[in-house]
Amino acid sequence: MQEHEKSGIDRRDFRRSKRARNTALLAVLLGLAILFYIITVVKMG
Amino acid sequence: MSDVQLQMGQPAQAGGESPSLGVGHVRDYLALLKPRVMSLVVFTGFVGLLLAPGSIHPVLGTIAILCIAVGAGASGAINMWYDRDIDAIMRRTQGRPIVTGRVDGEAALAFGIVLSAFSVMIMGLAVNWTAAALLALTIGFYVLVYTMWLKRSTPQNIVIGGAAGAFPPMIGWAAVTGDISLDSAVLFAIIFMWTPPHFWALSLYRCEDYARAGVPMLPVVAGKAETRRQILLYSLLLAPLAVLPWGLGTVGALYGMGAIVLGALFLLGAVRIWREGDGPKAESAAKQLFAYSILYLFLIFALMILDRAWTFGAAA
Repeated sequence: MQEHEKSGIDRRDFRRSKRARNTALLAVLLGLAILFYIITVVKMG
Repeated sequence: MSDVQLQMGQPAQAGGESPSLGVGHVRDYLALLKPRVMSLVVFTGFVGLLLAPGSIHPVLGTIAILCIAVGAGASGAINMWYDRDIDAIMRRTQGRPIVTGRVDGEAALAFGIVLSAFSVMIMGLAVNWTAAALLALTIGFYVLVYTMWLKRSTPQNIVIGGAAGAFPPMIGWAAVTGDISLDSAVLFAIIFMWTPPHFWALSLYRCEDYARAGVPMLPVVAGKAETRRQILLYSLLLAPLAVLPWGLGTVGALYGMGAIVLGALFLLGAVRIWREGDGPKAESAAKQLFAYSILYLFLIFALMILDRAWTFGAAA
């Protein structure tokens, strides 16, 4: 495999993994926001 | 709870990403949480929560169990980060995500620390700070006392370190009552006494693995004969101790009778190991006791729920 093709694949892999990590972080943050909302509602109820 | 239970699970499969990137898939991160260990931790924590006098809002109860699960998993992830060198040597741990390079070691450590912090914080904010403090103690004990200190330095590693796995029912109990009582301390003591024979039964037939990794498990340091003697000794203490919740009135006769039968079977297994010595059936006896010990703990705590449901049904 040519060197530039290999580095292109590496870059694509890196971007894909970074995007996946960002999406996971977003999901976690949303989950936490919902969790805190539920805790607040239950505690106040 | 014991990290050895993970051995019965399949190691997570390699993800599609390049191992050189050190980025794991969700599946690999889940494997870091030692899901099989977590399941027994969650179950015993749930029983503690159910047995405790008083009540808790179902949502808060669910959050408490979730926090126990996440906290236990997080300490497992930190344990995998710290033990990555010996995990690479031992057969049963060679498929773990950090060893295989599917998850970067530092990412696993960060993952464990963040989850630990969040599980304790949410437990404190949503449930109460006694349960949160116990959860923090459990995580700290497992990581600092067991993993970093005792595991590689003394054959008593799993005796003292076993306390970490014994806390969940106390946490569940504290989630409802906000305190620690004799009843919850007995639940703690049952798991604490169960841990040594459970681990030592395993280490009897995985002795070479531990020796190669330099982990001073009892059979490696004191020999198999002494290990068999210790298994019998701890089983003799465990069997009557498991009946104590009946004596204290935490649970009723249904549990008491069941605990006597289950304890007798545990003792029989321990006696068989002791009598077998280094005979041809020694390994099979150790494997059987190891498998039974997992079933035993599950059944003991399941019986507590059953007994409570029975008593509740009779009163209604």
